[in-house]
Amino acid sequence: MDILGFQIPTYGWQTVTGSAISGVFLGSIYALVALGLTLIYGVLHIINFAHGSLLMLSMYAVFFLWAGLGIDPYLAMLLVVPGGYLFGYVLQRSVIGQVSHGRDEIILLVTLGVAIVIENAALFFFSADERSVQVPYDLDGLDLGVTFVVYPELVALAGSLLITLGLWLFMTRTDTGKAIRAVAKEREGARLVGINVEHIFAVSFGIGTACVAAAASLLAPTYAVHPQFGYLFVLIAFTVVVLGGMGSFVGALAGGFVIGITEQLGRLYLGESLGLITISVIFILILLFRPTGLFGQTPH
Amino acid sequence: MVRRHASLTVKSMLEVTGLHAGYDSLDVLHGVDLAVDEGQVVALLGSNGAGKSTLNNTLSGIIRPRLGSIRFSGKDIVGTSPEYIVASGLIHVPEGRRIFPNMSVLENLEMGGYRRGRKCRARNMARVTEVFPRLAERFSQLGGTLSGGEQQMLAIGRGMMSEPRLLILDEPSLGLSPLLVEEMFTLIGQLNEQGLSVLLVEQNVFQSLAIADRAYVLENVSVTLQGASADLLDDAQLRRSYLGM
Repeated sequence: MDILGFQIPTYGWQTVTGSAISGVFLGSIYALVALGLTLIYGVLHIINFAHGSLLMLSMYAVFFLWAGLGIDPYLAMLLVVPGGYLFGYVLQRSVIGQVSHGRDEIILLVTLGVAIVIENAALFFFSADERSVQVPYDLDGLDLGVTFVVYPELVALAGSLLITLGLWLFMTRTDTGKAIRAVAKEREGARLVGINVEHIFAVSFGIGTACVAAAASLLAPTYAVHPQFGYLFVLIAFTVVVLGGMGSFVGALAGGFVIGITEQLGRLYLGESLGLITISVIFILILLFRPTGLFGQTPH
Repeated sequence: MVRRHASLTVKSMLEVTGLHAGYDSLDVLHGVDLAVDEGQVVALLGSNGAGKSTLNNTLSGIIRPRLGSIRFSGKDIVGTSPEYIVASGLIHVPEGRRIFPNMSVLENLEMGGYRRGRKCRARNMARVTEVFPRLAERFSQLGGTLSGGEQQMLAIGRGMMSEPRLLILDEPSLGLSPLLVEEMFTLIGQLNEQGLSVLLVEQNVFQSLAIADRAYVLENVSVTLQGASADLLDDAQLRRSYLGM
């Protein structure tokens, strides 16, 4: 096929299906990164610019746990997820919350500042070298007929779905989860029933960071980490959040899958480098035609 | 009107002395004195902008006063957190209701009991649904989809979930139809008969004075008038400014 002078290759249905399936696996990781972003947005009403650097930092944590102590990256989740939660909680409570005086535009800039500090610290301490975890099972997998799926992809999908489900149960079944939802929509009312709003802000930031820490564990067997690692994922996660609707969990999950599949099909038809353009096209189309996203509510 | 609790030993549940509060350079309250005794309904009257909301927000710990003391059940609560004040039994049901629109009626009520723990929740829930059977019918409905009157019931019910000893009701009749306003005042009387002390902030002067033991009139940063409700109803100044008589 020839469009505007571009040679668009034609593929058999197996190749296309296989590509879409690998998009589902990739999308589940995007969803997990977007989940943390959308939670923080929903509660604090800001875009967390430090999200990508927190993902990168978590990847280093997973790497050093493996390189130094020989801990399997999946097993490392038991350490990096609580560690990520604590780091995010303290970061919000003692840095971001302290200097922002409750003003959203300052919070935004502070997260940007935090991102710059973390990235340069990573560059200073870890150097710009790529580092990757070596696991014995990274090339084993399942033959689905149309495509071959490696175990790390399967684990990533299962992990993302379980974490999304767990987070949903947490938000709808526990008092703390309900308090997060209460603060998200009605801060003043939340204060008056005795909810400590600053604590809930920090808890939300902590959970958002725990989400990227989990994503880091799931990514480590397939991706190498370097100080700029977070950018790629977070830019895509922004798109996922906007596509799904700011603040929506279901939206983050659905958006992750849509973007993952689009990206993989884009790579298949337009080539490795040009393939990513499809994500930007989707982003622009959403902003033009449905700025609230697939599952977003109209702002009030 | 003879009140059942009049024979109890009366002590000040809430005692505000010399309260100064405001925002930035703006002085909204300038030396306010106010007291609510145990078992009383006290009305706080005053036009828009007289500082009623600022007073309420100061009492519930959202704004820190510049000067003065607030004693609740004998303890100075100035400088404590809103959650401490809620836990000690001083509940502010705010103007505009401030219910959680994205959560069900049941969840709204559960959040009302956030500081009380899960054990007392069933008991408090039973009490609230006894007073507001309509809320029980709407448990699964989202708070934001309720009618104005139902939202006000939900706001008061949510406040009751934390076992208040003093309920500050901020403009509970605002935006309600005359019939519902009537219902709301009857209800406040009922809650008071069950032993709840109420600080009622209202613009409905007549109806408020009818159910209140005492009243304060807040005007331009300080209390200009106070006394027993019956006396205030006879007061020439009040009649002129509020009742147009």
